[in-house]
Amino acid sequence: MELDWLSPSPQMWRARKLQLGLVAGVAILAAGLGLGIGVGAAAGIAVAAGIAVAAALYGVLLWRRYRAWGYAEREDDLLVRRGVMIRRLTVVPYGRMQFIDVTAGPVDRLFKLATVQLHTAAASTDARIPGLDTGEAERLRDRLAALGEAKATGL
Amino acid sequence: MSQPAPLPSEWARLHPLSPVVHGGRAAAALVTAVALNSAAQRHRTPWSALIAVGIAVIGGLVYWSVTKWRVHNGELQINTGLFRRQQVRVPLTRIQGIDTNRPLLARALGLSELKLILAGHDTGLAKLAYLGEDRAVAVRAQLLAVAHGLSDDTPEPVEYPILHVPGGRIVTANLLSTRFTVGAVMVAAAIATIIFFPQVIGPVLATVVTLLFGDLLVTARQISAEWEFQLAEAPDGIRLRSGLLQTRAETIPHGRVQAVRWVEPLWWRPFGWVRLEFDVARRRNNDRGDRQSGTTSKALLPVGSREQARWLLDRLLPGAVAELPASEGVPRRAVWRLPLARRYARLHHDGVYISCCTGRLRRDTVVVPLAKVQSIRWSQGPWSRRLRLASVFVDTAGQRFTGNARCRDVEEAQQLMARLPDLARAARANASAR
Repeated sequence: MELDWLSPSPQMWRARKLQLGLVAGVAILAAGLGLGIGVGAAAGIAVAAGIAVAAALYGVLLWRRYRAWGYAEREDDLLVRRGVMIRRLTVVPYGRMQFIDVTAGPVDRLFKLATVQLHTAAASTDARIPGLDTGEAERLRDRLAALGEAKATGL
Repeated sequence: MSQPAPLPSEWARLHPLSPVVHGGRAAAALVTAVALNSAAQRHRTPWSALIAVGIAVIGGLVYWSVTKWRVHNGELQINTGLFRRQQVRVPLTRIQGIDTNRPLLARALGLSELKLILAGHDTGLAKLAYLGEDRAVAVRAQLLAVAHGLSDDTPEPVEYPILHVPGGRIVTANLLSTRFTVGAVMVAAAIATIIFFPQVIGPVLATVVTLLFGDLLVTARQISAEWEFQLAEAPDGIRLRSGLLQTRAETIPHGRVQAVRWVEPLWWRPFGWVRLEFDVARRRNNDRGDRQSGTTSKALLPVGSREQARWLLDRLLPGAVAELPASEGVPRRAVWRLPLARRYARLHHDGVYISCCTGRLRRDTVVVPLAKVQSIRWSQGPWSRRLRLASVFVDTAGQRFTGNARCRDVEEAQQLMARLPDLARAARANASAR
């Protein structure tokens, strides 16, 4: 099967890096300074280094997760794949879509990103595509809505 | 029999005894709670309870006094609410079915509740609680007749009884359930503990009694809900009737079944007993409503022989198979992922249905018509990847079960992912063409 897998925008990785960097930075500063002043310089440096290593490892996982996201538009259905440890692939026929959600959190908006989520009548369907450029999100939303309308079927 | 009164075209009230049932049900719950409470601290007049009961009764009265209904412009219109007026408008053609609920107190007073089933809508407010018994039967028949485009004096269509499960069988079956097994194991464990450590008899007894009480309560509710279970075939679907204290009559409209589950608990297998459950598309909110009116089970067959179950399954989903041969099992190496259930993890699919079997102690087989599939998912964890296994899930609009093909060989799972969407599309096209 030759499929055009599309990936989230590279901006998503930047957004994730920023989020991780902010959280890790604050944690390192707080723990390092707090312990450094309260207990001793050695303890402060050790804990700060520990947090930095953990954040770096988590960053690797985030990178791999970012790389794992993908979606492909086929003639009759949409494919979404994700996951590093547990790999998942979801197939949603266009005719089964009930509605489409486009959401963007504050960090996402800063990077002009949005998440497109597909809802079917089944609660267990988890077709979510994060980190799309706003333009691409709009294109996908409109295209999916049009296809959903054209191929709609009853329950 | 005299001609039943026509549907009201002017605003009409519900039965004047309705507030008694509304208030009474709330009062019963409160009184039990307070009685349990005040048993601990005697000689106290439970003023708070009396006030609460009073509020419940007044609430029922207010609900009755502000609720009016009529049939107008091809709609069932219900107006209710004291401060926030709510107007429910149900186009009669949208009615999928009408369920009849009769709580204990309503039965004593000769009242019934009619609950309208609409496709994919919150039916919480679309109900008439309560009407007189005969009136309820007449109104139900008239509403359904109009909903099907007939005149409202069309007699209620004839139903053919197809199945009856006597109460005794329900009791036996429930006593052999997994819940009961757990209870028995608990008692055995408690006895063993008391024999070896007699000093802890107090706490052990207290724990076991509390746990058993909950167990018994659930079992009793289940038995009460499924007592004298009857199925009848009506033109618009299959009618379910059951209940010991509270009776209900429910319709599964034709073609609305999203999935059927075939359940074989451990202790039923020697008797060859099977339970069938069904799943229909309804919104989450309605489940809450169902619980409030005391519906606990969604059984199509609370307990029955394999032949009965096979026959009923075929009637609902013609040509579906739920008893899968061992040849449709998973590879040997899946034993690392499913140490107990490996032998029964089976999968079968044709162009119309997909059946997945899981479980060791309680074997569950979920049969999903491919035409009802909403989405298909593939999932593979690190363990499964090493073992070259993958799981495939099939989602439907029902809420209670999903098709769950666990630990298939990777190649087989990949083929499933490639073929199922096409098969499902073909099945959908077929179903809508019919």
